[in-house]
Amino acid sequence: MALISFMINGQPWKGQVEAHETLLDLIRDKLGLTGTKKGCDSGECGACTVILNGLSVNSCIVPALEVEGKEVLTIEGLSRGEVLHPIQEAFISEGAVQCGFCTPGMIMSTKALLDSNPHPSKQEIRQALAGNLCRCTGYGRIVAAVEKAAKMGGDDLAGNDSREISDKV
Amino acid sequence: MPEMIVGKSATKYDAFAKVIGEAQYIQDLTQPRMLWGKILRSSLPHARILNIDTSKAEKLLGVKAVLTAKDLPGRRIGFGNDNEVLKRNKVRCVGDEIAAVAAVDEATAIEAMSLIKVEFEPLTAVFDPELAMAENCNVLVHESRGSNLSLEYHFETDEAALAASLDQAAVVLEDRFTLPFVTSSAMATHGCMALYRNGELTIWTPTQVPFLYQHELMMATGIPGNRIRVIQPTIGGGFGAKLDMYPYEAACVHLSMVTGLPVKIVFTREEEFQASRPRQPMIIDLVTAADRDGHLLARKAKVICDNGAYNSWGSTTPFVGMQTISSLYRVPNVRYDAQIVYTNNPYSGAMRGYGNPQHTFAVESHMDMLAAKLGMDPLTVRLINANQSGDVTPQKMKITSCAFSETLREAGKELGSLPSEPGKLRGKGIAGLLHVGGGARVYRSDGCGAVVKLDDMGRAVLLTGATDMGQGSDTILTQIVAEVLGLEIKDVKVINNDTNLTPWDVGSHASRTTFIAGNAAKIAAEKVRSQLITAAAQILNANPDQLLLRNKRIMVEDAPERFVDIGKIVRSLHFKQDGKLLVGEAFYDPPTEMQDNQFLGNVSAAYAFGAHGVEVEVDRATGVVKVLKVAAAHDVGKAINPLAIQGQIEGGCAMGLGYALSEEMKLREGRVINANFLDYRLLTAVDIPEIEGIIVESDEQEGPFGAKGIGEACCIPTGAAVANAVYAATGVRIKELPITPAKVLEGLNKMRSTFDT
Repeated sequence: MALISFMINGQPWKGQVEAHETLLDLIRDKLGLTGTKKGCDSGECGACTVILNGLSVNSCIVPALEVEGKEVLTIEGLSRGEVLHPIQEAFISEGAVQCGFCTPGMIMSTKALLDSNPHPSKQEIRQALAGNLCRCTGYGRIVAAVEKAAKMGGDDLAGNDSREISDKV
Repeated sequence: MPEMIVGKSATKYDAFAKVIGEAQYIQDLTQPRMLWGKILRSSLPHARILNIDTSKAEKLLGVKAVLTAKDLPGRRIGFGNDNEVLKRNKVRCVGDEIAAVAAVDEATAIEAMSLIKVEFEPLTAVFDPELAMAENCNVLVHESRGSNLSLEYHFETDEAALAASLDQAAVVLEDRFTLPFVTSSAMATHGCMALYRNGELTIWTPTQVPFLYQHELMMATGIPGNRIRVIQPTIGGGFGAKLDMYPYEAACVHLSMVTGLPVKIVFTREEEFQASRPRQPMIIDLVTAADRDGHLLARKAKVICDNGAYNSWGSTTPFVGMQTISSLYRVPNVRYDAQIVYTNNPYSGAMRGYGNPQHTFAVESHMDMLAAKLGMDPLTVRLINANQSGDVTPQKMKITSCAFSETLREAGKELGSLPSEPGKLRGKGIAGLLHVGGGARVYRSDGCGAVVKLDDMGRAVLLTGATDMGQGSDTILTQIVAEVLGLEIKDVKVINNDTNLTPWDVGSHASRTTFIAGNAAKIAAEKVRSQLITAAAQILNANPDQLLLRNKRIMVEDAPERFVDIGKIVRSLHFKQDGKLLVGEAFYDPPTEMQDNQFLGNVSAAYAFGAHGVEVEVDRATGVVKVLKVAAAHDVGKAINPLAIQGQIEGGCAMGLGYALSEEMKLREGRVINANFLDYRLLTAVDIPEIEGIIVESDEQEGPFGAKGIGEACCIPTGAAVANAVYAATGVRIKELPITPAKVLEGLNKMRSTFDT
């Protein structure tokens, strides 16, 4: 057991974690943030994607100990109350959601992509989502949603999450 | 009257909850004092169980229950009662359930499993269905049956006419097609949570068929069906694998009964590969005969299906495959034989298409081979044989709406053979499909119930038996109800996941939900509508025939200034002497028949047709096949929600491309050796080409607003279309899926050596 503290969706968290505990189990089981999904538990499907210090990671293969002092953003931290992030809006309007189990991970991978590359080409979008498996959609609607989100948000997407709010509080 | 909502794209009913991470899947559910269950599974494919020692596991701190077969009532389960919840004397496949553990947390349950000692006597196993049927096979998967044959299917038209047609034929093709194990790979694994309390069982489970499930669980556990409540959480994909009541679910119920606490079991991904139901592998020996103009004269198929160790739905898939052999294209003389053979492999279930992707691969490969033999264009040979509206097929299926020819033309239209780069070969291929599109009467009922209630604020609630496993049926049903009642989609809510609340339904299978549940919802809403109109006619002092429902109002058609709000009408009915509730109910069971013991009968009220066109590029040096484009044209009757159909088509094609190119569950001695997503290759966002969905409408008279089912159809012909495109590009005919680079290279090398000599 070790004591760690880190920022999750703009809020500080401090607590004990096990040496073998993954970031995914920590956020799902201890923090109750079940929006991040466990699809394979071995870093292959991307359903557990979160953003760690600005980079998308498979939280099922990140040891919880590693996030000490870092910032984590999950799907729950993306919308501001009822106001959705443009990526979420685009996933709805473009029909990118079917069963929805891959959706939070897809959205977080998209967020990481658009933060670093606000106007990606189709090929760059497909590359950025290559680690996120989806069995329902065939990816076409998802790629369309990412393109639309890029158009909607432009360069402002990077700051558009709840971290901004917490800074002001 | 033009429709306002039906026919227009609508966003998904549950998308908001899903994009913010609030949708609750079985993985996310919990209960106070909930225990974690785990299943100890067999590591051997075939072995006698000599002894199970659970004493150490029981003593582990935190373990609340350890169950083996001796603790259970010993009820047989499964189709044909060939299975047990926990295996008593013998295991028949890797993954067979031996013991069930409940503990305070998952880690303790896993540790407890490792402390259970099972003594086995390994038995010789059989993994090849042809060997399992051989005379000298001394392995019996189920000794009491005396053979490894589980089921047989036979259909034939007049024998003499068939023989004569084969004699007369200008071309007779005879080939063997081989299809592998593939698996649904829904992104959410299986899982359930059981709570047995005061003689009542509540089970949360992502089943596609809640009412059949209720019955099966009753048979498996002995709990009376009227004491079982099934609640479905959000379902993270089904594709057929969630049609079964699995042994682990009955075991989970027993764990809850023994402990008096809620117990949850969730599959790991490895378990999902080994112990959920895959699509059935098949060996199809197909004979196709035609005259010199390309008209089909006869088709004969002999099919061997690897059932695996027990019967699941896979054992009934020849029922659907047979329809493809007898009825895809006009073919007068048919013979079909299928054998379902027990082996010590994982046992096959339902997966999108239900036997049809396998059979269509064979039939549509042969259509191309026929065209090549006759020097005809692949499209022409299909068009001259294509089914037409009004046809009655050899199995007495009555084709009503049918835009098959149009879909065939559309699918190939946009694919141009671009000049190839050096070292690359390009080609295009097409393949068509026939599938049920108006339900499927495989039980005596093919019905679905619906109740629509309209509240005093003008909010409609639909209670439906229909299960949404992600495909979007909730959205379609809200569109239908909103259309009938003149409401906005957002005014309609759906309750569909709790057998205590919802009316009975057969379940989400056979692409039946839009058609069957859609009709039920429509009729129920129409009953509310007629009551509304009667009341409005009085209030507006107008003739009921003149009234229109639009924008939450009822108005006089030629005098729209004379209107009354729908909510107001409802309130006027509540706040009066002898008032009434506005509720409509319906049970829709389509006008179809069960097939008789000769497999004759019109099982579906409508049939779905379609065609996929595929353009590929093959690397001559490596054999790698790259799909450049898919054009998928589907006869959907009427598109209730074009965006949702596009999603179904793209997803179906992606699944079909995986079947064609990359997916194969590899078994060694019955164990899945690629039970993870690194080694079992689902196609990724990078691999999927542009998929153009082409919606063709044919206005099906029996369908809700003219619609037919599409869910399964869109994954069925893709494999054959890819194989045909690879042939067009290279001259190599691949008859065994998946089309790996090694198989293509082997074919190219053979051709080269033929040229050399």
